[in-house]
Amino acid sequence: MNTEGVDKSKRQFLTSALTVVGAVGTGYLAVPFLAQMQPSVKAMAAGAPVEVDISKMEAGQLIRVAWRGKPVWILNRTPEVLETLKTLGPQLRDPLSKESIQPVESANAERSIKPEIFVAVGLCTHLGCSPTFRPEIAPPDLGDNWKGGFFCPCHGSWFDLAGRVYSGVPAPTNLEIPPYRYVTDTQLIIGEDLQQEKGA
Amino acid sequence: MKPSRLTLCGNWILERFPLTNLWNEHMAHYYAPKNFNFWYFFGSLALLVLVNQFLTGILLTMNYKPDAKLAFDSVEYIMRDVNWGWLVRYMHSTGASAFFIVVYLHMFRGLLYGSFKHPRELIWIFGMLLFVALMAEAFMGYLLPWGQMSYWGAQVIISLFSAIPVVGDELSLWVRGDYVVSDATLNRFFAFHVIAVPLVLVLLVFLHIVALHEVGSNNPDGLDLKKIKQTGRRKSDEEEEEKILRGNNPDLKIMDSIPFHPYYTVKDLVGVAVFLLFFATVIFFMPEMGGYFLEHANFIPADPMKTPEHIAPVWYFTPFYAILRAIPDKFAGVIGMGGAIVVLFLLPWLDRSKVRSIRYRGGIYKKALLLFVISFLALGYLGTQPATPTATTFARIFTVIYFGFFLLMPLYTRWEKSKPLPKHLTYQPSLEERLPALIDTFHEVTVLTPVQLHDGTVVNKRRPNARGILNVITRLAIKLKKSLD
Repeated sequence: MNTEGVDKSKRQFLTSALTVVGAVGTGYLAVPFLAQMQPSVKAMAAGAPVEVDISKMEAGQLIRVAWRGKPVWILNRTPEVLETLKTLGPQLRDPLSKESIQPVESANAERSIKPEIFVAVGLCTHLGCSPTFRPEIAPPDLGDNWKGGFFCPCHGSWFDLAGRVYSGVPAPTNLEIPPYRYVTDTQLIIGEDLQQEKGA
Repeated sequence: MKPSRLTLCGNWILERFPLTNLWNEHMAHYYAPKNFNFWYFFGSLALLVLVNQFLTGILLTMNYKPDAKLAFDSVEYIMRDVNWGWLVRYMHSTGASAFFIVVYLHMFRGLLYGSFKHPRELIWIFGMLLFVALMAEAFMGYLLPWGQMSYWGAQVIISLFSAIPVVGDELSLWVRGDYVVSDATLNRFFAFHVIAVPLVLVLLVFLHIVALHEVGSNNPDGLDLKKIKQTGRRKSDEEEEEKILRGNNPDLKIMDSIPFHPYYTVKDLVGVAVFLLFFATVIFFMPEMGGYFLEHANFIPADPMKTPEHIAPVWYFTPFYAILRAIPDKFAGVIGMGGAIVVLFLLPWLDRSKVRSIRYRGGIYKKALLLFVISFLALGYLGTQPATPTATTFARIFTVIYFGFFLLMPLYTRWEKSKPLPKHLTYQPSLEERLPALIDTFHEVTVLTPVQLHDGTVVNKRRPNARGILNVITRLAIKLKKSLD
């Protein structure tokens, strides 16, 4: 037995070694604990595609469907609306949708596969409220600059009828366009591309 | 005399647990300044509300179901079918608002008397951490009834995280546990609200009080109270004192101070009684408080497809929410909202004044504090209103004042000329002593006028006296002007 007092450097080494091993161990334990709060397999599987029949839609009509628990809008735009959309460019933050989320097929001026049928996730890109559909032109509460669009009641963001955000409002980007495709001329399927990607 | 069984039993415990020491250190021999006023009620009241939230919360969990399909109905079940469920639920929901009222007043006391200044910085930091934990607790609790406001409020607040560059989207996904606010979110918020955050709160309350009792309470004069030797006391007094202070520095006492128990326990009981009077009035007669304590839209079950026309957080978050809305950029807005809270943490180091209490500060701090209080209340109001362009302009002005109060503080508190501090704590007349003056004022603003009744008799009645009212108003105005210098 050592009777010459404490070997300080040995003690220091053991303390450091234990600290390092303990920290690594805690780190490993933190992974399952934190990952446990990620969306579960069930929540990820719940993103099944939604089929929508648009044969009965009238001009100017908006319908809402639920996809992955989010509201998705399908809007039948009139030729007048499409004309108006062309004139709004200077007032918009991202008129060409360069910084916004949309599938390649919808990365065009109308932000849709077919110009008249507009599909978008109905959640504001600011803080996730669902904007209100306000197709009328220059209503009293929104003023003369309103050319029809989506108005977010939570924080006052403005979007046009192609889901493009106006400048000077809190929302940073245009409304998100979900992946969708036409099964037939009157039959839409929403969210399928994404499903295939996940499956592959 | 032979000790009784009870004494023996008590001794058995005391030999194994320092109960007497704890009691003495924190109650009977904890010396607090003798001139605590109205503003010193709110610490003990916060503790009372915390206990109320714990008790009623435990009862609520016995019938509440943290499941997106069952939550809304289970709250209605508590309100309608559970015996006294309505009372427990209203005590809990009103308690949440009461907690914030009490805590805001408690924090305002700190601003008035410089309680955050050296050597009490750490007490302030623990207090601010308590405030943040309390906001988290209240926010998560508000999701549980699963009404429209619960749902969309949570949607907005969780989306705040997504404004953080790079990791934001992943982070908000991790907080929600799903792509939208859903059953997974509700269930984890229940876990946080019921066990995780309450444990943090209790720990922080403990730290807050331990830190306070280490350095001692501040006082309305903001004086440093020294420990003084007891001298010039009569023999009997000294013996009495000796007995009280046994084992705890018998010859040391803090100047101008009195033991917390019984003096302040009794004083705080008066505060408790008055508080409970207001608390009970709200619970029994106006539990929704006109939509401020329980918002109307929250009586509609959560609908992920539709946001209510006008969404606003509960009143205690509205000042910060108004700041968020005032800034027309997502990331900057979130930074502004977070910054409004972070800046409060820095207060002990922003304030460069030599004196603590507002009583001896220069006029500039008084005016700054007045402006700050006005802007805080105005932001609170604007946060409840729809974001019209005019409202947004005002919100921007008040946001600038809010931050100006803190960020310019190092400058204006350095410049200001403070008044000389007294040697001892000062004495302010109590309410009873002010009564005669109040009666005099009443006589001044009214005048006895002969009035003819219907039957012809003439009686003297008190009528307002224009001249007297004018005099009183002028006097008050002069006094206000003086007190701001």
